Amino acid sequence: LEELRFKSAPVPGEGSNVVSYGSVSFGWLWGQSGAVLGSGFSCDGSIGKSFSRRIHFILLFSRQGKLRLQKWYTTLPDKEKKKIIREIVQIILSRNQKTSSFVDWKDLKLVYKRYASLYFCCAIEDQDNELLTLEVVHRYVELLDRYFGNVCELDIIFNFEKAYFILDEFIIGGEVQETSKRSAVKAIEDSDMLQETVEEYMNKPAF
Amino acid sequence: MPAPIRLRELIRTIRTARTQAEEREMIQKECAAIRSSFREEDNTYRCRNVAKLLYMHMLGYPAHFGQLECLKLIASQKFTDKRIGYLGAMLLLDERQDVHLLMTNCIKNDLNHSTQYVQGLALCTLGCMGSSEMCRDLAGEVEKLLKTSNSYLRKKAALCAVHVIRKVPELMEMFLPATKNLLNEKNHGVLHTSVVLLTEMCERSPDMLAHFRKVSLVPQLVRILKNLIMSGYSPEHDVSGISDPFLQVRILRLLRILGRNDDDSSEAMNDILAQVATNTETSKNVGNAILYETVLTIMDIKSESGLRVLAINILGRFLLNNDKNIRYVALTSLLKTVQTDHNAVQRHRSTIVDCLKDLDVSIKRRAMELSFALVNGNNVRGMMKELLYFLDSCEPEFKADCASGIFLAAEKYAPSKRWHIDTIMRVLTTAGSYVRDDAVPNLIQLITNSVEMHAYTVQRLYKAILGDYSQQPLVQVASWCIGEYGDLLVSGQCEEEEPIQVTEDEVLDILESVLISNMSASVTRGYALTAIMKLSTRFTCTVNRIKKVVSIYGSSIDVELQQRAVEYNALFKKYDHMRPALLERMPVMEKATTNGPTEIVQTNGETEPAVLETKPPPSGLQPASQANDLLDLLGGSDITPVIPTAPTSKPASAGGELLDLLGDLNLTGSPVSAPAPQIAQPSFLLDGLSSQPLFNDIAAGIPSITAYNKNGLKIDFTFERSNTNPSVTVITIQASNSTELDMTDFVFQAAVPKTFQLQLLSPSSSVIPAFNSGTITQVIKVLNPQKQQLRMRIKLTYNHKGSAMQDLAEVNNFPPQSWQ
Repeated sequence: LEELRFKSAPVPGEGSNVVSYGSVSFGWLWGQSGAVLGSGFSCDGSIGKSFSRRIHFILLFSRQGKLRLQKWYTTLPDKEKKKIIREIVQIILSRNQKTSSFVDWKDLKLVYKRYASLYFCCAIEDQDNELLTLEVVHRYVELLDRYFGNVCELDIIFNFEKAYFILDEFIIGGEVQETSKRSAVKAIEDSDMLQETVEEYMNKPAF
Repeated sequence: MPAPIRLRELIRTIRTARTQAEEREMIQKECAAIRSSFREEDNTYRCRNVAKLLYMHMLGYPAHFGQLECLKLIASQKFTDKRIGYLGAMLLLDERQDVHLLMTNCIKNDLNHSTQYVQGLALCTLGCMGSSEMCRDLAGEVEKLLKTSNSYLRKKAALCAVHVIRKVPELMEMFLPATKNLLNEKNHGVLHTSVVLLTEMCERSPDMLAHFRKVSLVPQLVRILKNLIMSGYSPEHDVSGISDPFLQVRILRLLRILGRNDDDSSEAMNDILAQVATNTETSKNVGNAILYETVLTIMDIKSESGLRVLAINILGRFLLNNDKNIRYVALTSLLKTVQTDHNAVQRHRSTIVDCLKDLDVSIKRRAMELSFALVNGNNVRGMMKELLYFLDSCEPEFKADCASGIFLAAEKYAPSKRWHIDTIMRVLTTAGSYVRDDAVPNLIQLITNSVEMHAYTVQRLYKAILGDYSQQPLVQVASWCIGEYGDLLVSGQCEEEEPIQVTEDEVLDILESVLISNMSASVTRGYALTAIMKLSTRFTCTVNRIKKVVSIYGSSIDVELQQRAVEYNALFKKYDHMRPALLERMPVMEKATTNGPTEIVQTNGETEPAVLETKPPPSGLQPASQANDLLDLLGGSDITPVIPTAPTSKPASAGGELLDLLGDLNLTGSPVSAPAPQIAQPSFLLDGLSSQPLFNDIAAGIPSITAYNKNGLKIDFTFERSNTNPSVTVITIQASNSTELDMTDFVFQAAVPKTFQLQLLSPSSSVIPAFNSGTITQVIKVLNPQKQQLRMRIKLTYNHKGSAMQDLAEVNNFPPQSWQ
């Protein structure tokens, strides 16, 4: 195949109509012009389309701005993710205690809530139900609490993988999979049993 | 080699680091150890090492070198390995790395594993990060699991199916048979995920929607919802006394889609919606979450009028709630309904205006948007007072939007000219530099047309910039007005208020200060210099001073300013007899539309004759005056009248627009970029526009081709080449649609071989109307320095009859004249 130069036109209504030239090393390559969230967001075409009402990502971070958990349901380059995390942590930490739990951010909406020293933040679509998202966050906290027993930030730091496992039993692909308070924790506990017997753990823990 | 340290130990160590540098050093050391362990293919500790890597990844350190190790863990027989392997894959890998495809086979095996938790891991990973290739390969497995009786797997499979459909919509039908029995399930996890799956299918495909309406999905959902409301206390699914709010909301959302534009379905759900709306306990957030969703459903379907009143009243109650979150939601949903139920929302106006004073920016923004939506002829004075107050006190991020909103509303509902101009003055003085550039020409036009207000306006503007000339938009408007109406200013003719005593020198002083000031933008200086020039015919005793100022700027380092000054100088020296005529007051401008997108199409001195030569001037144009022939200054014929309903592309430089209009001679030689041609316009205008902006010297006679003709979509290419620069071919594409439905979100993309360069300008629209009743045009410029045979690949994406279409085609039939 020949080498190609490819250009995609700006969307109607956008100011600039001159596009710089890009080169592609092989094949016929097609970019996407529908990047919604800004630069670098074009790899997942589903962002911003009206039909999916899923959570786009979930972040947990401390009051000092340290990231404690990140779960992305949208494909983005690592660099972009880091940029977004920095930006969002800064936005939310700078907000007044007495404000609402919702912030408009690009085409999405951030729904966040603070539990003790930890902020839980979900990015949802503009059309989604913000109040219910607060319940989703709360349910996740409840699940963590059930599993760890009086969960605190240190539990999540030292057992971050467990926090991920619990989240994965609660949400898949940005959608809630289980509405029962018991099932998710039970599934984690059963899986833990599979993981290693006490004997194995004493002799040679896996991690 | 000793056993590597354990994860918790590492975390503990890293947490003791006192500085960033110390932490980095620890991590580097550990990473080195992990790398060498990976190199040795150590199976025992791989899992531990990857877990540690994931922790470092969370701290922001690179961990991509663990990607392959994750795959090895997934392939391991041990559950612990698999668990960490899949977690690592979800965190470190995504579809942009080809490595992820190596997982496909492992996931496939694990989907058929005998342990449900292994199957669960595989489903979760697929549902979170599966690429379209992976989805195609594994959809069959997912479909099988969707039919199992094991609810733990079934719920995960349902969400996996949702993910598969999002990635590869054409696989949707495959899941249709499995949906049959999904809603008979008792398990809430399966019910919830099934409703999500059905929602996804209904939203994506009109055929699916019709199918599910036919198989009476609505009564089924109504029954489930009724059971939920009626059921007694079930601690497992209960949130503050409400049974399974998650499921309730998802059902309400699916009902909304089914009831939209469908009388029968809407009818079937009226009762249950009323029941939910009246019986839901609202003391807690969760109850309000359900009510909120119910309101949205009621407003969206063809509901009974009584029900709609109920819904708006719920929002009214929300607006008075103490909880900021609830107020936010109320404003958001009122904003959605204000178009359809304007009067009902109007009743809550005072509460909404109160929200402008809220401390929360999210609430403020909603309140501002809603306030603008509620302005009408009856309340304009009161609302504007509130909004001007808001403009004065709000955060910078709101000012530009708020100022534009006030301009629009004032233009639409101004009770008097005086009020209108006063309002604008208030905005210019309070929002200052936040006013958008395009406001300036609009305001000047407004002022020009209010003939009886000229003296008053110029006096107010003069006073406004007397103390502070840092706010650019204000200074620009003021300079322009002083230039135009300076004579009214010094003669003190103002009737509206006490006239002020100003001398000619004082007026020139302020304009010169603007010229000198460091704070003035180049554009602003241009305004000021032109104003000074115009005053040379309006003032009597200061002409020499003006001459001096103009000649000083003849050597300005600002090219734009210099050019202007040199021209004005020439006007004084060589064409002094014409000066009065050239600098005459601007005529009242024609105005076609007040709102909606408008566009002033301008031409400049160089390209305009080309148009006039071939086409008779449009009737709206003034005949070219003698002045125009010479210097093209100030001529009314510089502006073709506003074209109504011209869509999309904004003028390239909104701020410079009026300058051009005032006689900006473009000596740089490049024609101003002009908007893409509009097919819907009267033909004489169109012809002028489509050819004029690109080249003056067009080589004609290249035959057109049809590049694409399929499924009712036809795309024609017409060609133009410049004589002066023959390596550039300009292709104008015209897309038309012969089907009976509009094509929306149309995007045309093109690729050319590497020896060419390609530039696509903005399309005229993204909708191709049905029945060939209009076209989209878009201009492509191809630079072909080696004069090679032209080849192009085009990609078309659009929505038609509710589904997304995409097609690729290669165009090889370019006429030789277009490239030789």
